[in-house]
Amino acid sequence: FFQYCLSGHPTLPCNVLKFKSTTIMLDCGLDMTSTLNFLPLPLVQSPRLSKLPGWVLKDGSTFLDKELKECSGHVFVDSVPEFCLPETELLDLSTVDVILISNYHCMMALPYITECTGFTGTVYATEPTVQIGRLLMEELVNSIERVPKAQSASMWKNKEVQRLLPAPLKDAVEVSMWRKCYTMPEVNSALSKIQLVGYSQKIELFGAVQVTPLSSGYALGSSNWIIQSHYEKVSYVSGSSLLTTHPQPMDQASLKNSDVLILTGLTQIPTANPDGMVGEFCSNLAMTVRNGGNVLVPCYPSGVIYDLLECLYQYIDSAGLSNVPFYFISPVANSSLEFSQIFAEWLCHNKQTKVYLPEPPFPHAELIQTNKLKHYPSIHGDFSNDFKQPCVVFTGHPSLRFGDVVHFMELWGKSSLNTVIFTEPDFSYLDALAPYQPLAMKCVYCPIDTRLNFIQVSKLLKEVQPLHVVCPEQYTQPPPTQSHRTDLMIDCQPPAMSYRRAEVLTLPYKRRYEKIEIMPDLADSLVPLEIKPGISLATVSAVLHTKDNKHVLQLPPKPPQPPASKKRKRVSDDVPECRSLKPLLSGSIPVDQFVQTLEKHGFSDVKVEDTAKGHIVLLQEAETLIQLEEDSTHIICDNDEPLRVKLRDLVLKFLQKF
Amino acid sequence: VSRVFCWCAGAGQDVGRSCILVSIAGKNVMLDCGMHMGYNDDRRFPDFSYITQNGRLTDFLDCVIISHFHLDHCGALPYFSEMVGYDGPIYMTHPTKAICPILLEDYRKITVDKKGETNFFTSQMIKDCMKKVVAVHLHQTVQVDEELEIKAYYAGHVLGAAMFQIKVGCESVVYTGDYNMTPDRHLGAAWIDKCRPDLLISESTYATTIRDSKRCRERDFLKKVHETVERGGKVLIPVFALGRAQELCILLETFWERMNLKAPIYFSTGLTEKANHYYKLFITWTNQKIRKTFVQRNMFEFKHIKAFDRAFADNPGPMVVFATPGMLHAGQSLQIFRKWAGNEKNMVIMPGYCVQGTVGHKILSGQRKLEMEGRQILEVKMQVEYMSFSAHADAKGIMQLIRQAEPRNVLLVHGEAKKMEFLKQKIEQEFHVSCYMPANGETTTILTNPCIPVDISLGLLKRETAIGPLPDAKKPKLMHGTLLMKDNSFRLVSPEQALKELGLAEHQLRFTCRVHIQDPRKEHETVLRVYNHLKGILKDYSVQHLPDGSITVESILIQATAHSEDQGTKVLLVSWTYQDEELGSYLTSLLKKGLPQSTP
Repeated sequence: FFQYCLSGHPTLPCNVLKFKSTTIMLDCGLDMTSTLNFLPLPLVQSPRLSKLPGWVLKDGSTFLDKELKECSGHVFVDSVPEFCLPETELLDLSTVDVILISNYHCMMALPYITECTGFTGTVYATEPTVQIGRLLMEELVNSIERVPKAQSASMWKNKEVQRLLPAPLKDAVEVSMWRKCYTMPEVNSALSKIQLVGYSQKIELFGAVQVTPLSSGYALGSSNWIIQSHYEKVSYVSGSSLLTTHPQPMDQASLKNSDVLILTGLTQIPTANPDGMVGEFCSNLAMTVRNGGNVLVPCYPSGVIYDLLECLYQYIDSAGLSNVPFYFISPVANSSLEFSQIFAEWLCHNKQTKVYLPEPPFPHAELIQTNKLKHYPSIHGDFSNDFKQPCVVFTGHPSLRFGDVVHFMELWGKSSLNTVIFTEPDFSYLDALAPYQPLAMKCVYCPIDTRLNFIQVSKLLKEVQPLHVVCPEQYTQPPPTQSHRTDLMIDCQPPAMSYRRAEVLTLPYKRRYEKIEIMPDLADSLVPLEIKPGISLATVSAVLHTKDNKHVLQLPPKPPQPPASKKRKRVSDDVPECRSLKPLLSGSIPVDQFVQTLEKHGFSDVKVEDTAKGHIVLLQEAETLIQLEEDSTHIICDNDEPLRVKLRDLVLKFLQKF
Repeated sequence: VSRVFCWCAGAGQDVGRSCILVSIAGKNVMLDCGMHMGYNDDRRFPDFSYITQNGRLTDFLDCVIISHFHLDHCGALPYFSEMVGYDGPIYMTHPTKAICPILLEDYRKITVDKKGETNFFTSQMIKDCMKKVVAVHLHQTVQVDEELEIKAYYAGHVLGAAMFQIKVGCESVVYTGDYNMTPDRHLGAAWIDKCRPDLLISESTYATTIRDSKRCRERDFLKKVHETVERGGKVLIPVFALGRAQELCILLETFWERMNLKAPIYFSTGLTEKANHYYKLFITWTNQKIRKTFVQRNMFEFKHIKAFDRAFADNPGPMVVFATPGMLHAGQSLQIFRKWAGNEKNMVIMPGYCVQGTVGHKILSGQRKLEMEGRQILEVKMQVEYMSFSAHADAKGIMQLIRQAEPRNVLLVHGEAKKMEFLKQKIEQEFHVSCYMPANGETTTILTNPCIPVDISLGLLKRETAIGPLPDAKKPKLMHGTLLMKDNSFRLVSPEQALKELGLAEHQLRFTCRVHIQDPRKEHETVLRVYNHLKGILKDYSVQHLPDGSITVESILIQATAHSEDQGTKVLLVSWTYQDEELGSYLTSLLKKGLPQSTP
């Protein structure tokens, strides 16, 4: 039982589990923080960005000035942005049998795995995960492909060159593994390999392992996974939330009795309270708009945005914002809003109840109906006609490196009336803003991360009591910037086993048993014997059939009748065909009773002699002696088979068979 | 051997009042709790006294499962849970849970408000009843208790319709509810995996029908509607608010669009708009095409179909009206029917099955003079058409489902006895499984042979599998183990481990036989002869001649001594343990026959 750790990012995990002859990949998150090292992709020609000076080395050499640009003290790669893939060298990914996806944020590397490694297995995910995951991928591909970039920089990746670069480029890891974005055909092909599953559905893998998704409470269709055989249980907890937002609550009870619990995807902002952040978001938004400024909210097209819209729905009238237009701009904005309304079964109780009425579960339906919220595929087209300021714009990408958000940063960055509010926790907002500096625009950081914090984790672990906890190394020590906060780490007994990128862990458990089925006719033939109070036993001689990792015991076939041919038998015909094992024996033989039994069966000349360890029973006429000791019996006789068999059976009557 | 019992409180050789009680491995499950459209007296609900004679329903039943929202499957539920009294869990899918209370309320209104019946369940009872409902996802394994689990499969019949697998240990029953094996304009086809249940309880509404292609039926339907409208007639289509109604609406909507027709299409009752909302919100339960395109165009937003007002019925000119209920047994469809029946230009199209006793059933069986309330006679001059649009599996579909699930027994319900008989024979012939068709009140007992799951020690299993497959498949290898049974846990371990675990010592039983052989040669020569003899015969065994002059055959030891009195006789001592009994016994008898003369 091994765990191969292919990603070092604790919230974008990618692990491979070797569990009983199956190879299971748990999530394939794509680390997009690498894009922060690149220049933004402007939708409209940006004079500012195109005029940036090339970067010159300390010694004055300029061979990198085409690839690297300097912008307000930082150096950026001027190229198509690239992503940091999960490790592909640690094991042969074509041997992966299945991939289990826990939520739509953790599947963004899927096309790289399924399309580029010889993968031939199946991917399992819930329907909302697949649908929304598709939207996220579509948006990503779209926002990168619509700004064709002639240049694909590679010189700076040379190890010798990278050494000379300023931080953070100098310290960027695995740059040789960074890849350009996949294409839509690759996305479609990857998604076609997914099989849809529902919560608490038991999925058999090759008869050896059963996997089950459980509600994790974090996002629409988000799941934790149970991977179990009859005797061992691994829980994979990834991106879970105990807060009541829109998704179905987390199923904690089913995680109990785990041998190993793999814990990933905790909150990235353990010190921030999501409710407080939402409050701050609303008040900053209202203040900016009241002062005549615009608000930009860089966001993903699904997830927290639903909750934000719901808060605003309740907030705008009381805050006097009813006339302020809200724009949601994304190539998948319409789809995301529509899809959110059709997953009743994956929603929290309150929202389900609304569907039963029947009403749309999310109030953004009403915001759209009343024209307060408008959505557009991009800034081009209808939007430019409808656009009114001051307004609030929700758009991607949260990294500020591509997507329509780049345009609004360029457009609104110069005015201190405007505000950009960061709600997504995946990117450092300072790094995200770096290529736009200097900025006059206000920047507010309200990261909303509903995933488990360390207090909730310790409660959860107390509740479900796993034998062992496995987690990314980041969770076993306080955050580097707050090294005194020992409360911001996992505290459990025995201490959690930690992993880091490109490591292989041996998981600590051992199997002793396996499941086998006894066929009914065989079961009927068994003769149970009570050996101790409450304990019975029966000896089983049966034929073992193993197929698809399932074992079945069947009644042995009846010995074939000897053919009635008159052919002369040869001696060798009688040789016992296979060594059929006799059961083991146990017990002891009380000599007096044994002698009585012998006499009852017609032996009249029984004589008993005592020895150091027991007795010798003599049958004088038959010249036979039987040595009886506590744990052994020895019958010594002439070659008189009927006599021997008779004695054997009499002895066996006193012994138990095993 | 254990047994599965099945008892029909309704739907036994009948359509309507579906209610089947199944007892499996000591667990009692009620499948559906429907009403009968053909009755207005006590017979409309299942007779629960059969169960209550043994005590409270809650104590007796482990759970209730509702397959879909049609009233003949859930209409008696509030009566059952609130009036007779049941507090246990009731399982249904999310769409069923959403829609079921609305139809129940509708049913209550018609019965109490319009017909003035008392002693019927109230609105509050419907609400209280629905609080006991647990919604299930497709394919989710719901653990009802530690042993009993249920799982829903897509059935296609109406929005949210499901088939249910009920499983205890190795034993299982599948109940299909109503299902449809061919995808239609808005729903997908029923699907189940090869779950090999001990018993499959299948509906059999269309047991003898092999329906012609759907396309033909649809063309026929459109042609008839079109012709009637062209000649200025009115078309009445009695439907239930949810189900076929949406299917036919999609059909007419696209036809009107294509042909650019102007005659109005109406949909009666406020339920409809609401109904379409359900379809929009539960779009994941519809077919793939609708699901794929819903963002661009929601199929359930109709342009040509408008809400009906009672006054419209008297408007002149052609129109098409969808009105509820579907069997013309009450409500708006019956009112409109009475208004339009006298005019031969008009047409009524019955798109689904009609239960005996309903007006729908009467006109379909050719009756043209109907006695209405107050002894009034209604003469039916309008054209009466029947088109099977009910989304039930036909004979082919039922056979297909049986092929998919591979049940060991089949039991038919929800159909007519004569037709069932035909299908039963067909099933028994083709699949060689027993097929039952109990009448209401009859108990069917099915013998099952559950296998017993046991924990086997990995050591023992590895020892057995390590030897590898046998060269000769005809000689199966035997495996030996000891089954330890303690507090309901079964473990199969090696005999050695069993002894060890129980703290017992092994008792060794050994035999030593003296075999006399006539051979004047020296001892070691005799031994060599014996060795060669055995070696020649026991080809599959390890026969060894040891330096100390003894011979071993596997673990059997043979030693030779000279006879104390007779030098021409040698005594062979053959010694073996009980575990080698067969070989030991064989060796002594072989040696007793003496050595072959020809050997030197």
